[in-house]
Amino acid sequence: MNEKPPESCPGIGSQTAGKAAPCQGCPNAAFCASGQTSNALDPAVAEIARRLYSVRNIILVISGKGGVGKSTVATNIARALAEDESVSVGLLDIDVCGPSIPKTMNLEGEEVHQSSSGWSPIFVTDNLCVMSCGFLLPSLDDAVIWRGPKKNGLIKQFLKDVDWGDLHYLVVDTPPGTSDEHMSVVGYLKQCSNLKGAVIVATPQEVALLDVRKQIDFCKRVDLNIIGIVENMSSFVCPKCEKTSIIFKPTSGGVENVCESYNIPLLGKIPIDPLIGKSCDEGTSLYETDASSPTVKCLKEIVTHIVNKCENKL
Amino acid sequence: MSLQKVKCVLLIISGKGGVGKSTSAVQLALSLAEEGKKVALLDTDICGPSIPRMLDLNDCSVLQSERGWLPATITRSLSPSNHCFFTDENSAVIWRGPKKNSMIRQFINDVDWGELDYLVIDTPPGTSDEHISIVECLREQQKPDGAILITTPQILSINDVRRELTFCRKANIPIMGILENMSGYVCPHCSECTNIFSKGGGQSLAQYANVPYLGSIPIDPNLGECAEFGRNYIEQFKSSEAAQRFKTIARNLIEEVQ
Repeated sequence: MNEKPPESCPGIGSQTAGKAAPCQGCPNAAFCASGQTSNALDPAVAEIARRLYSVRNIILVISGKGGVGKSTVATNIARALAEDESVSVGLLDIDVCGPSIPKTMNLEGEEVHQSSSGWSPIFVTDNLCVMSCGFLLPSLDDAVIWRGPKKNGLIKQFLKDVDWGDLHYLVVDTPPGTSDEHMSVVGYLKQCSNLKGAVIVATPQEVALLDVRKQIDFCKRVDLNIIGIVENMSSFVCPKCEKTSIIFKPTSGGVENVCESYNIPLLGKIPIDPLIGKSCDEGTSLYETDASSPTVKCLKEIVTHIVNKCENKL
Repeated sequence: MSLQKVKCVLLIISGKGGVGKSTSAVQLALSLAEEGKKVALLDTDICGPSIPRMLDLNDCSVLQSERGWLPATITRSLSPSNHCFFTDENSAVIWRGPKKNSMIRQFINDVDWGELDYLVIDTPPGTSDEHISIVECLREQQKPDGAILITTPQILSINDVRRELTFCRKANIPIMGILENMSGYVCPHCSECTNIFSKGGGQSLAQYANVPYLGSIPIDPNLGECAEFGRNYIEQFKSSEAAQRFKTIARNLIEEVQ
Protein backbone atom coordinates (compact mmCIF):
# COMPACT_ATOMS: atom_id res chain seq x y z
CA MET A 1 0.00 0.00 0.00
CA ASN A 2 2.97 2.26 -0.32
CA GLU A 3 1.74 4.80 -2.84
CA LYS A 4 3.93 7.60 -1.56
CA PRO A 5 7.62 7.96 -2.29
CA PRO A 6 9.91 7.62 0.73
CA GLU A 7 9.61 10.51 3.18
CA SER A 8 12.72 12.41 2.10
CA CYS A 9 12.97 11.35 -1.54
CA PRO A 10 14.82 14.14 -3.36
CA GLY A 11 12.62 13.60 -6.45
CA ILE A 12 13.74 12.49 -9.89
CA GLY A 13 14.39 16.03 -11.06
CA SER A 14 16.96 16.65 -8.34
CA GLN A 15 20.73 16.66 -8.73
CA THR A 16 21.08 14.23 -5.88
CA ALA A 17 18.49 11.78 -7.24
CA GLY A 18 19.56 8.25 -6.35
CA LYS A 19 22.58 9.52 -4.43
CA ALA A 20 21.05 11.11 -1.34
CA ALA A 21 21.02 9.31 2.00
CA PRO A 22 17.36 8.27 1.88
CA CYS A 23 17.89 6.68 -1.54
CA GLN A 24 19.90 3.87 -0.01
CA GLY A 25 17.76 0.78 -0.10
CA CYS A 26 15.25 2.29 -2.50
CA PRO A 27 14.62 -0.14 -5.36
CA ASN A 28 14.82 2.72 -7.87
CA ALA A 29 18.08 4.19 -6.54
CA ALA A 30 20.26 2.81 -9.34
CA PHE A 31 17.92 4.08 -12.04
CA CYS A 32 17.68 7.55 -10.52
CA ALA A 33 21.45 7.77 -10.02
CA SER A 34 22.09 6.86 -13.66
CA GLY A 35 20.77 10.27 -14.68
CA GLN A 36 18.43 8.72 -17.22
CA THR A 37 15.38 10.15 -15.52
CA SER A 38 16.03 13.74 -16.49
CA ASN A 39 16.81 12.72 -20.05
CA ALA A 40 13.80 10.45 -20.14
CA LEU A 41 11.55 13.50 -20.43
CA ASP A 42 8.96 13.02 -23.11
CA PRO A 43 9.99 15.11 -26.14
CA ALA A 44 6.33 16.08 -26.39
CA VAL A 45 6.71 18.25 -23.29
CA ALA A 46 8.96 20.67 -25.13
CA GLU A 47 6.78 20.50 -28.21
CA ILE A 48 3.71 21.37 -26.15
CA ALA A 49 5.52 24.30 -24.55
CA ARG A 50 6.36 25.57 -28.04
CA ARG A 51 2.83 25.11 -29.30
CA LEU A 52 1.26 26.86 -26.32
CA TYR A 53 3.80 29.66 -26.33
CA SER A 54 1.25 31.86 -28.08
CA VAL A 55 -1.15 31.50 -25.14
CA ARG A 56 -0.69 34.06 -22.40
CA ASN A 57 -2.51 32.39 -19.52
CA ILE A 58 -3.41 28.75 -19.04
CA ILE A 59 -5.93 27.99 -16.32
CA LEU A 60 -6.97 24.48 -15.23
CA VAL A 61 -10.43 23.94 -13.77
CA ILE A 62 -10.28 20.96 -11.46
CA SER A 63 -12.20 19.18 -8.73
CA GLY A 64 -11.75 15.86 -7.00
CA LYS A 65 -15.48 15.36 -6.99
CA GLY A 66 -17.73 14.91 -10.00
CA GLY A 67 -20.87 16.88 -10.71
CA VAL A 68 -19.86 19.94 -8.70
CA GLY A 69 -19.97 22.11 -11.80
CA LYS A 70 -16.49 22.03 -13.30
CA SER A 71 -17.77 22.23 -16.85
CA THR A 72 -20.38 24.82 -15.90
CA VAL A 73 -17.74 26.97 -14.21
CA ALA A 74 -15.22 26.44 -17.02
CA THR A 75 -17.83 27.39 -19.60
CA ASN A 76 -18.87 30.48 -17.71
CA ILE A 77 -15.30 31.59 -17.02
CA ALA A 78 -14.55 31.28 -20.73
CA ARG A 79 -17.71 33.10 -21.75
CA ALA A 80 -17.16 35.87 -19.21
CA LEU A 81 -13.57 36.38 -20.35
CA ALA A 82 -14.74 36.53 -23.95
CA GLU A 83 -17.30 39.21 -23.12
CA ASP A 84 -14.46 41.63 -23.74
CA GLU A 85 -14.09 41.48 -27.51
CA SER A 86 -10.40 42.29 -27.41
CA VAL A 87 -9.65 39.17 -25.36
CA SER A 88 -9.38 35.88 -27.20
CA VAL A 89 -10.25 32.77 -25.23
CA GLY A 90 -9.86 29.05 -25.82
CA LEU A 91 -11.66 26.30 -23.93
CA LEU A 92 -10.20 22.80 -23.93
CA ASP A 93 -12.19 19.85 -22.57
CA ILE A 94 -10.02 16.87 -21.62
CA ASP A 95 -12.75 14.79 -20.01
CA VAL A 96 -12.34 11.85 -22.36
CA CYS A 97 -15.10 9.64 -20.97
CA GLY A 98 -17.71 12.29 -20.25
CA PRO A 99 -17.20 15.45 -22.29
CA SER A 100 -19.86 18.06 -21.43
CA ILE A 101 -18.51 21.15 -23.13
CA PRO A 102 -20.04 20.44 -26.57
CA LYS A 103 -23.44 20.56 -24.84
CA THR A 104 -22.82 23.66 -22.74
CA MET A 105 -21.44 25.53 -25.75
CA ASN A 106 -24.16 24.25 -28.10
CA LEU A 107 -21.63 22.59 -30.40
CA GLU A 108 -22.98 19.05 -30.48
CA GLY A 109 -22.42 17.28 -33.75
CA GLU A 110 -19.44 19.43 -34.70
CA GLU A 111 -16.37 17.70 -36.01
CA VAL A 112 -12.71 18.49 -35.77
CA HIS A 113 -11.13 19.97 -38.87
CA GLN A 114 -7.53 19.56 -39.77
CA SER A 115 -5.33 22.16 -41.36
CA SER A 116 -1.65 22.21 -42.17
CA SER A 117 -0.92 23.85 -38.83
CA GLY A 118 -2.87 21.32 -36.75
CA TRP A 119 -6.40 20.66 -35.56
CA SER A 120 -8.60 23.72 -35.78
CA PRO A 121 -10.71 24.52 -32.73
CA ILE A 122 -14.37 25.33 -33.24
CA PHE A 123 -15.38 28.95 -32.86
CA VAL A 124 -18.45 29.88 -30.81
CA THR A 125 -17.96 33.60 -31.25
CA ASP A 126 -15.17 35.55 -32.93
CA ASN A 127 -13.01 35.47 -29.85
CA LEU A 128 -14.06 32.19 -28.19
CA CYS A 129 -13.01 28.80 -29.52
CA VAL A 130 -13.45 25.30 -28.17
CA MET A 131 -11.84 21.88 -28.48
CA SER A 132 -13.35 18.81 -26.85
CA CYS A 133 -13.00 15.05 -26.91
CA GLY A 134 -16.71 15.04 -27.63
CA PHE A 135 -16.05 16.31 -31.16
CA LEU A 136 -14.29 13.04 -31.94
CA LEU A 137 -17.31 10.90 -31.11
CA PRO A 138 -19.69 10.28 -33.99
CA SER A 139 -22.81 9.83 -31.85
CA LEU A 140 -24.04 10.80 -28.41
CA ASP A 141 -24.46 7.15 -27.52
CA ASP A 142 -20.84 6.31 -28.22
CA ALA A 143 -18.88 5.54 -25.12
CA VAL A 144 -15.14 5.93 -24.88
CA ILE A 145 -14.12 2.85 -22.94
CA TRP A 146 -10.43 3.48 -22.60
CA ARG A 147 -7.82 2.72 -20.04
CA GLY A 148 -5.31 5.33 -18.87
CA PRO A 149 -2.52 5.19 -21.46
CA LYS A 150 -4.92 5.71 -24.34
CA LYS A 151 -6.49 8.69 -22.63
CA ASN A 152 -3.04 10.17 -22.05
CA GLY A 153 -2.25 9.83 -25.73
CA LEU A 154 -5.33 11.81 -26.66
CA ILE A 155 -4.64 14.53 -24.09
CA LYS A 156 -1.10 14.85 -25.38
CA GLN A 157 -2.41 15.23 -28.89
CA PHE A 158 -4.91 17.87 -27.81
CA LEU A 159 -2.19 19.91 -26.16
CA LYS A 160 0.31 19.42 -28.94
CA ASP A 161 -1.73 19.53 -32.13
CA VAL A 162 -4.53 22.03 -31.63
CA ASP A 163 -3.83 25.24 -33.50
CA TRP A 164 -5.06 27.79 -30.97
CA GLY A 165 -3.31 30.78 -32.44
CA ASP A 166 -2.77 33.78 -30.20
CA LEU A 167 -4.87 33.46 -27.08
CA HIS A 168 -5.13 35.54 -23.94
CA TYR A 169 -6.63 32.71 -21.97
CA LEU A 170 -6.83 28.95 -22.38
CA VAL A 171 -9.26 27.38 -19.91
CA VAL A 172 -8.84 23.62 -19.49
CA ASP A 173 -11.80 21.62 -18.16
CA THR A 174 -10.81 18.30 -16.54
CA PRO A 175 -12.58 15.09 -15.48
CA PRO A 176 -13.13 14.41 -11.75
CA GLY A 177 -10.44 12.72 -9.69
CA THR A 178 -6.70 12.73 -9.20
CA SER A 179 -5.63 10.14 -11.70
CA ASP A 180 -4.29 9.61 -15.20
CA GLU A 181 -5.71 12.70 -16.91
CA HIS A 182 -4.55 15.04 -14.16
CA MET A 183 -1.07 13.68 -13.86
CA SER A 184 -0.75 13.77 -17.63
CA VAL A 185 -1.97 17.29 -18.15
CA VAL A 186 0.22 18.67 -15.37
CA GLY A 187 3.18 16.66 -16.59
CA TYR A 188 2.76 17.79 -20.19
CA LEU A 189 2.41 21.44 -19.18
CA LYS A 190 5.50 21.26 -16.99
CA GLN A 191 7.57 23.47 -19.25
CA CYS A 192 4.81 25.98 -19.91
CA SER A 193 5.63 29.08 -17.90
CA ASN A 194 2.23 30.46 -18.88
CA LEU A 195 0.42 27.85 -16.76
CA LYS A 196 -1.03 30.17 -14.15
CA GLY A 197 -2.54 27.49 -11.97
CA ALA A 198 -5.74 25.75 -11.06
CA VAL A 199 -9.20 26.91 -10.11
CA ILE A 200 -10.77 24.34 -7.80
CA VAL A 201 -14.55 23.96 -7.89
CA ALA A 202 -16.32 22.67 -4.79
CA THR A 203 -19.76 22.34 -3.26
CA PRO A 204 -20.36 23.10 0.44
CA GLN A 205 -20.99 19.61 1.83
CA GLU A 206 -18.32 17.78 3.75
CA VAL A 207 -18.59 14.80 1.39
CA ALA A 208 -17.45 17.07 -1.44
CA LEU A 209 -14.87 18.88 0.66
CA LEU A 210 -13.23 15.56 1.45
CA ASP A 211 -12.35 15.33 -2.21
CA VAL A 212 -11.29 18.99 -2.32
CA ARG A 213 -8.71 18.42 0.39
CA LYS A 214 -7.42 15.51 -1.66
CA GLN A 215 -7.25 17.79 -4.68
CA ILE A 216 -5.29 20.42 -2.74
CA ASP A 217 -2.89 17.70 -1.63
CA PHE A 218 -2.57 16.63 -5.27
CA CYS A 219 -1.76 20.20 -6.38
CA LYS A 220 0.91 20.51 -3.72
CA ARG A 221 2.48 17.22 -4.65
CA VAL A 222 2.64 17.92 -8.37
CA ASP A 223 3.66 21.52 -7.73
CA LEU A 224 0.62 23.14 -9.30
CA ASN A 225 -0.28 26.65 -8.18
CA ILE A 226 -3.84 27.07 -6.85
CA ILE A 227 -5.47 30.30 -8.04
CA GLY A 228 -8.39 29.82 -5.68
CA ILE A 229 -11.55 27.89 -4.89
CA VAL A 230 -15.02 28.58 -6.26
CA GLU A 231 -17.94 27.45 -4.14
CA ASN A 232 -20.75 26.29 -6.38
CA MET A 233 -24.33 25.45 -5.38
CA SER A 234 -24.05 27.62 -2.29
CA SER A 235 -27.65 28.39 -1.51
CA PHE A 236 -30.98 28.34 -3.21
CA VAL A 237 -33.29 31.30 -3.66
CA CYS A 238 -36.87 30.20 -4.22
CA PRO A 239 -38.13 31.86 -7.38
CA LYS A 240 -41.60 32.17 -5.86
CA CYS A 241 -41.07 33.52 -2.35
CA GLU A 242 -37.47 34.74 -2.83
CA LYS A 243 -36.41 33.27 0.47
CA THR A 244 -33.06 31.53 0.73
CA SER A 245 -32.64 27.93 1.75
CA ILE A 246 -29.54 25.82 2.01
CA ILE A 247 -29.81 22.55 0.09
CA PHE A 248 -26.26 21.30 0.46
CA LYS A 249 -25.51 22.13 4.07
CA PRO A 250 -21.98 23.28 4.92
CA THR A 251 -21.82 21.01 7.95
CA SER A 252 -18.10 21.49 8.45
CA GLY A 253 -17.93 25.21 7.72
CA GLY A 254 -18.07 24.88 3.95
CA VAL A 255 -15.47 26.00 1.46
CA GLU A 256 -14.63 29.08 3.54
CA ASN A 257 -13.26 26.89 6.26
CA VAL A 258 -11.09 24.92 3.84
CA CYS A 259 -9.79 28.13 2.24
CA GLU A 260 -8.87 29.49 5.63
CA SER A 261 -7.12 26.40 6.88
CA TYR A 262 -5.08 25.99 3.69
CA ASN A 263 -4.65 29.72 3.13
CA ILE A 264 -6.16 29.64 -0.35
CA PRO A 265 -8.29 32.52 -1.69
CA LEU A 266 -12.04 31.97 -1.99
CA LEU A 267 -12.87 33.31 -5.45
CA GLY A 268 -16.60 33.51 -4.88
CA LYS A 269 -19.83 31.67 -4.22
CA ILE A 270 -22.23 30.75 -6.98
CA PRO A 271 -25.84 30.25 -5.83
CA ILE A 272 -28.00 27.37 -7.02
CA ASP A 273 -29.89 28.94 -9.85
CA PRO A 274 -32.07 26.96 -12.27
CA LEU A 275 -30.97 29.53 -14.88
CA ILE A 276 -27.44 28.14 -14.88
CA GLY A 277 -28.56 24.56 -15.46
CA LYS A 278 -30.91 25.73 -18.18
CA SER A 279 -28.28 27.77 -19.97
CA CYS A 280 -25.92 24.78 -19.94
CA ASP A 281 -28.56 22.39 -21.23
CA GLU A 282 -29.48 24.79 -24.01
CA GLY A 283 -25.95 25.94 -24.69
CA THR A 284 -26.85 29.60 -24.38
CA SER A 285 -24.84 32.37 -22.78
CA LEU A 286 -26.07 33.67 -19.43
CA TYR A 287 -24.33 36.94 -20.14
CA GLU A 288 -26.66 37.52 -23.07
CA THR A 289 -29.92 36.05 -21.78
CA ASP A 290 -29.85 37.07 -18.13
CA ALA A 291 -27.20 39.75 -17.88
CA SER A 292 -28.79 41.41 -14.86
CA SER A 293 -29.31 38.37 -12.62
CA PRO A 294 -27.34 38.20 -9.35
CA THR A 295 -25.80 34.90 -10.44
CA VAL A 296 -24.22 36.53 -13.46
CA LYS A 297 -22.87 39.32 -11.31
CA CYS A 298 -21.33 36.75 -9.04
CA LEU A 299 -19.73 34.89 -11.96
CA LYS A 300 -18.29 38.12 -13.28
CA GLU A 301 -16.74 38.89 -9.92
CA ILE A 302 -15.09 35.49 -9.85
CA VAL A 303 -13.65 36.04 -13.29
CA THR A 304 -12.34 39.49 -12.31
CA HIS A 305 -10.58 37.80 -9.41
CA ILE A 306 -9.00 35.25 -11.72
CA VAL A 307 -7.92 37.89 -14.23
CA ASN A 308 -6.29 39.95 -11.49
CA LYS A 309 -4.43 36.92 -10.24
CA CYS A 310 -3.18 36.04 -13.70
CA GLU A 311 -2.15 39.54 -14.67
CA ASN A 312 -0.35 40.26 -11.42
CA LYS A 313 1.86 37.34 -12.02
CA LEU A 314 2.98 38.55 -15.42
CA MET B 1 -13.80 -17.69 -5.17
CA SER B 2 -14.92 -15.13 -2.66
CA LEU B 3 -18.19 -14.27 -4.41
CA GLN B 4 -19.47 -17.83 -4.61
CA LYS B 5 -21.93 -17.38 -1.80
CA VAL B 6 -23.14 -13.97 -2.94
CA LYS B 7 -26.57 -14.30 -4.49
CA CYS B 8 -26.75 -11.02 -6.36
CA VAL B 9 -24.11 -8.47 -7.35
CA LEU B 10 -25.44 -4.99 -8.18
CA LEU B 11 -23.37 -2.27 -9.79
CA ILE B 12 -24.29 1.35 -9.13
CA ILE B 13 -22.96 3.35 -12.06
CA SER B 14 -23.26 6.67 -13.82
CA GLY B 15 -21.19 8.34 -16.46
CA LYS B 16 -21.50 11.59 -14.57
CA GLY B 17 -20.04 12.50 -11.20
CA GLY B 18 -21.91 14.01 -8.27
CA VAL B 19 -25.30 12.67 -9.29
CA GLY B 20 -25.60 10.70 -6.06
CA LYS B 21 -24.09 7.31 -6.82
CA SER B 22 -22.67 6.86 -3.34
CA THR B 23 -25.74 8.31 -1.66
CA SER B 24 -28.02 6.01 -3.64
CA ALA B 25 -25.74 3.03 -3.07
CA VAL B 26 -25.80 3.62 0.68
CA GLN B 27 -29.55 4.19 0.86
CA LEU B 28 -30.31 1.19 -1.32
CA ALA B 29 -28.04 -1.01 0.77
CA LEU B 30 -29.69 0.24 3.95
CA SER B 31 -33.17 -0.28 2.46
CA LEU B 32 -32.32 -3.79 1.38
CA ALA B 33 -30.96 -4.48 4.87
CA GLU B 34 -34.21 -3.12 6.33
CA GLU B 35 -36.07 -5.73 4.35
CA GLY B 36 -34.09 -8.37 6.19
CA LYS B 37 -31.54 -9.11 3.49
CA LYS B 38 -27.86 -9.62 4.12
CA VAL B 39 -26.10 -6.86 2.26
CA ALA B 40 -22.54 -5.73 1.68
CA LEU B 41 -21.32 -2.53 0.12
CA LEU B 42 -18.07 -2.14 -1.81
CA ASP B 43 -16.72 1.28 -2.70
CA THR B 44 -14.39 1.19 -5.71
CA ASP B 45 -13.90 4.94 -6.09
CA ILE B 46 -10.21 5.02 -5.34
CA CYS B 47 -9.51 8.71 -5.87
CA GLY B 48 -12.64 9.97 -4.10
CA PRO B 49 -14.22 7.46 -1.74
CA SER B 50 -17.31 8.85 0.04
CA ILE B 51 -18.83 5.76 1.63
CA PRO B 52 -16.80 5.76 4.87
CA ARG B 53 -18.02 9.27 5.62
CA MET B 54 -21.61 8.43 4.75
CA LEU B 55 -21.63 5.47 7.10
CA ASP B 56 -19.52 7.14 9.78
CA LEU B 57 -16.69 4.64 9.41
CA ASN B 58 -13.80 7.06 9.09
CA ASP B 59 -11.80 5.51 11.85
CA CYS B 60 -12.18 1.95 10.71
CA SER B 61 -9.32 0.05 9.24
CA VAL B 62 -9.33 -3.23 7.41
CA LEU B 63 -8.97 -6.38 9.44
CA GLN B 64 -7.29 -9.41 8.06
CA SER B 65 -8.43 -12.96 8.65
CA GLU B 66 -7.23 -16.31 7.38
CA ARG B 67 -9.69 -16.20 4.53
CA GLY B 68 -8.97 -12.65 3.45
CA TRP B 69 -9.79 -9.04 4.36
CA LEU B 70 -12.83 -8.63 6.54
CA PRO B 71 -15.38 -5.95 5.63
CA ALA B 72 -16.38 -3.53 8.40
CA THR B 73 -19.78 -4.31 9.89
CA ILE B 74 -22.42 -1.69 10.73
CA THR B 75 -25.58 -3.56 11.46
CA ARG B 76 -25.81 -7.26 11.49
CA SER B 77 -26.93 -7.28 7.94
CA LEU B 78 -24.82 -4.58 6.31
CA SER B 79 -21.09 -4.56 5.89
CA PRO B 80 -19.20 -2.08 3.73
CA SER B 81 -15.68 -2.36 2.52
CA ASN B 82 -13.54 0.38 1.23
CA HIS B 83 -9.98 1.09 0.44
CA CYS B 84 -10.16 4.40 2.24
CA PHE B 85 -9.62 2.41 5.36
CA PHE B 86 -6.07 2.25 4.13
CA THR B 87 -5.37 5.93 3.68
CA ASP B 88 -5.55 9.21 5.50
CA GLU B 89 -8.69 11.22 4.80
CA ASN B 90 -6.92 14.32 3.49
CA SER B 91 -4.22 12.86 1.33
CA ALA B 92 -4.78 12.29 -2.35
CA VAL B 93 -4.47 8.92 -3.99
CA ILE B 94 -2.63 9.83 -7.17
CA TRP B 95 -2.61 6.55 -9.00
CA ARG B 96 -2.62 5.70 -12.62
CA GLY B 97 -4.84 2.98 -14.05
CA PRO B 98 -2.85 -0.22 -13.48
CA LYS B 99 -2.44 0.42 -9.78
CA LYS B 100 -6.14 1.13 -9.39
CA ASN B 101 -6.93 -2.06 -11.26
CA SER B 102 -4.94 -4.28 -8.98
CA MET B 103 -6.58 -2.65 -5.97
CA ILE B 104 -10.04 -3.38 -7.35
CA ARG B 105 -9.09 -6.92 -8.22
CA GLN B 106 -7.91 -7.42 -4.68
CA PHE B 107 -11.17 -6.05 -3.30
CA ILE B 108 -13.32 -8.37 -5.29
CA ASN B 109 -11.19 -11.45 -4.89
CA ASP B 110 -9.59 -11.09 -1.50
CA VAL B 111 -12.32 -9.71 0.72
CA ASP B 112 -14.00 -12.42 2.72
CA TRP B 113 -17.60 -11.51 1.86
CA GLY B 114 -19.13 -14.69 3.27
CA GLU B 115 -22.75 -15.48 2.59
CA LEU B 116 -24.68 -12.53 1.19
CA ASP B 117 -27.98 -11.78 -0.47
CA TYR B 118 -26.69 -8.61 -2.11
CA LEU B 119 -23.34 -7.06 -2.83
CA VAL B 120 -23.80 -3.44 -3.87
CA ILE B 121 -20.78 -2.00 -5.68
CA ASP B 122 -20.36 1.78 -5.82
CA THR B 123 -18.20 3.01 -8.71
CA PRO B 124 -16.38 6.20 -9.70
CA PRO B 125 -17.75 8.34 -12.57
CA GLY B 126 -16.78 7.54 -16.14
CA THR B 127 -16.20 4.52 -18.35
CA SER B 128 -12.54 3.86 -17.83
CA ASP B 129 -10.03 1.76 -15.95
CA GLU B 130 -12.04 1.03 -12.83
CA HIS B 131 -15.12 0.03 -14.78
CA ILE B 132 -13.32 -2.24 -17.19
CA SER B 133 -11.54 -3.91 -14.29
CA ILE B 134 -14.67 -4.45 -12.23
CA VAL B 135 -16.49 -5.98 -15.14
CA GLU B 136 -13.58 -8.21 -16.14
CA CYS B 137 -13.06 -9.34 -12.61
CA LEU B 138 -16.73 -10.05 -11.99
CA ARG B 139 -17.13 -11.87 -15.25
CA GLU B 140 -14.55 -14.43 -14.18
CA GLN B 141 -16.99 -15.31 -11.43
CA GLN B 142 -20.14 -15.28 -13.59
CA LYS B 143 -21.29 -11.95 -12.18
CA PRO B 144 -22.55 -9.14 -12.11
CA ASP B 145 -26.29 -9.65 -12.03
CA GLY B 146 -27.16 -6.16 -13.02
CA ALA B 147 -26.44 -2.47 -13.03
CA ILE B 148 -28.48 0.46 -11.78
CA LEU B 149 -27.79 3.73 -13.56
CA ILE B 150 -28.09 6.95 -11.60
CA THR B 151 -28.74 10.25 -13.30
CA THR B 152 -29.96 13.74 -12.55
CA PRO B 153 -32.64 15.25 -14.79
CA GLN B 154 -30.48 17.70 -16.81
CA ILE B 155 -29.59 16.89 -20.40
CA LEU B 156 -25.94 17.36 -19.49
CA SER B 157 -26.11 14.44 -17.13
CA ILE B 158 -28.37 12.37 -19.38
CA ASN B 159 -25.75 12.61 -22.12
CA ASP B 160 -23.11 11.02 -19.92
CA VAL B 161 -25.50 8.30 -18.82
CA ARG B 162 -26.27 7.50 -22.45
CA ARG B 163 -22.60 6.70 -22.87
CA GLU B 164 -22.71 4.53 -19.77
CA LEU B 165 -25.65 2.62 -21.26
CA THR B 166 -23.51 1.84 -24.27
CA PHE B 167 -20.78 0.68 -21.93
CA CYS B 168 -23.18 -1.74 -20.18
CA ARG B 169 -24.41 -3.10 -23.48
CA LYS B 170 -20.91 -3.60 -24.80
CA ALA B 171 -19.88 -5.28 -21.56
CA ASN B 172 -23.05 -7.40 -21.52
CA ILE B 173 -24.28 -6.23 -18.15
CA PRO B 174 -28.04 -6.42 -17.74
CA ILE B 175 -29.45 -2.98 -16.87
CA MET B 176 -31.88 -3.20 -13.99
CA GLY B 177 -33.05 0.33 -14.45
CA ILE B 178 -32.48 4.05 -14.30
CA LEU B 179 -32.93 6.03 -11.11
CA GLU B 180 -33.41 9.80 -11.30
CA ASN B 181 -31.92 11.67 -8.37
CA MET B 182 -32.32 15.36 -7.37
CA SER B 183 -35.66 15.57 -9.11
CA GLY B 184 -37.28 18.59 -7.54
CA TYR B 185 -36.81 20.77 -4.51
CA VAL B 186 -39.66 21.80 -2.28
CA CYS B 187 -39.04 25.26 -0.79
CA PRO B 188 -39.32 24.94 3.00
CA HIS B 189 -40.82 28.43 3.20
CA CYS B 190 -43.60 28.33 0.63
CA SER B 191 -43.75 24.64 -0.41
CA GLU B 192 -43.27 25.60 -4.04
CA CYS B 193 -41.55 22.77 -5.93
CA THR B 194 -38.74 24.00 -8.16
CA ASN B 195 -37.10 21.71 -10.64
CA ILE B 196 -33.60 23.03 -10.12
CA PHE B 197 -32.01 20.55 -12.43
CA SER B 198 -34.88 20.40 -14.93
CA LYS B 199 -37.35 17.53 -14.99
CA GLY B 200 -38.20 14.15 -16.43
CA GLY B 201 -34.81 13.40 -18.00
CA GLY B 202 -34.47 9.99 -16.38
CA GLN B 203 -37.83 8.81 -17.56
CA SER B 204 -37.36 9.92 -21.13
CA LEU B 205 -33.92 8.29 -21.23
CA ALA B 206 -35.39 5.03 -19.91
CA GLN B 207 -38.01 5.17 -22.63
CA TYR B 208 -35.47 5.98 -25.29
CA ALA B 209 -33.14 3.19 -24.24
CA ASN B 210 -35.98 0.79 -23.48
CA VAL B 211 -34.88 -0.02 -19.94
CA PRO B 212 -36.98 0.05 -16.74
CA TYR B 213 -37.43 3.38 -14.95
CA LEU B 214 -37.02 2.85 -11.22
CA GLY B 215 -38.37 6.19 -10.07
CA SER B 216 -37.20 9.59 -8.95
CA ILE B 217 -35.74 10.77 -5.66
CA PRO B 218 -36.56 14.37 -4.70
CA ILE B 219 -33.89 16.71 -3.32
CA ASP B 220 -34.01 16.53 0.47
CA PRO B 221 -31.47 18.53 2.49
CA ASN B 222 -31.96 16.01 5.31
CA LEU B 223 -30.64 13.24 3.09
CA GLY B 224 -27.52 15.27 2.40
CA GLU B 225 -27.08 16.02 6.05
CA CYS B 226 -27.44 12.38 7.06
CA ALA B 227 -24.79 11.49 4.50
CA GLU B 228 -22.48 14.09 6.04
CA PHE B 229 -22.74 12.70 9.52
CA GLY B 230 -23.06 9.06 8.61
CA ARG B 231 -26.56 8.79 10.01
CA ASN B 232 -29.12 6.29 8.84
CA TYR B 233 -31.57 8.38 6.79
CA ILE B 234 -33.88 5.47 6.08
CA GLU B 235 -34.34 4.94 9.82
CA GLN B 236 -34.46 8.57 10.98
CA PHE B 237 -36.71 9.95 8.27
CA LYS B 238 -38.81 6.88 7.63
CA SER B 239 -41.87 8.77 6.47
CA SER B 240 -40.03 11.15 4.12
CA GLU B 241 -40.72 11.03 0.42
CA ALA B 242 -37.17 10.01 -0.47
CA ALA B 243 -37.00 7.20 2.11
CA GLN B 244 -40.31 5.85 0.84
CA ARG B 245 -39.04 5.88 -2.73
CA PHE B 246 -35.89 4.01 -1.76
CA LYS B 247 -38.00 1.47 0.07
CA THR B 248 -40.18 0.89 -2.97
CA ILE B 249 -37.14 0.58 -5.20
CA ALA B 250 -35.54 -1.94 -2.82
CA ARG B 251 -38.74 -4.01 -2.70
CA ASN B 252 -39.07 -3.99 -6.47
CA LEU B 253 -35.46 -5.08 -6.76
CA ILE B 254 -35.99 -7.98 -4.41
CA GLU B 255 -39.02 -9.09 -6.38
CA GLU B 256 -37.26 -8.81 -9.68
CA VAL B 257 -34.22 -10.74 -8.54
CA GLN B 258 -36.35 -13.50 -7.11
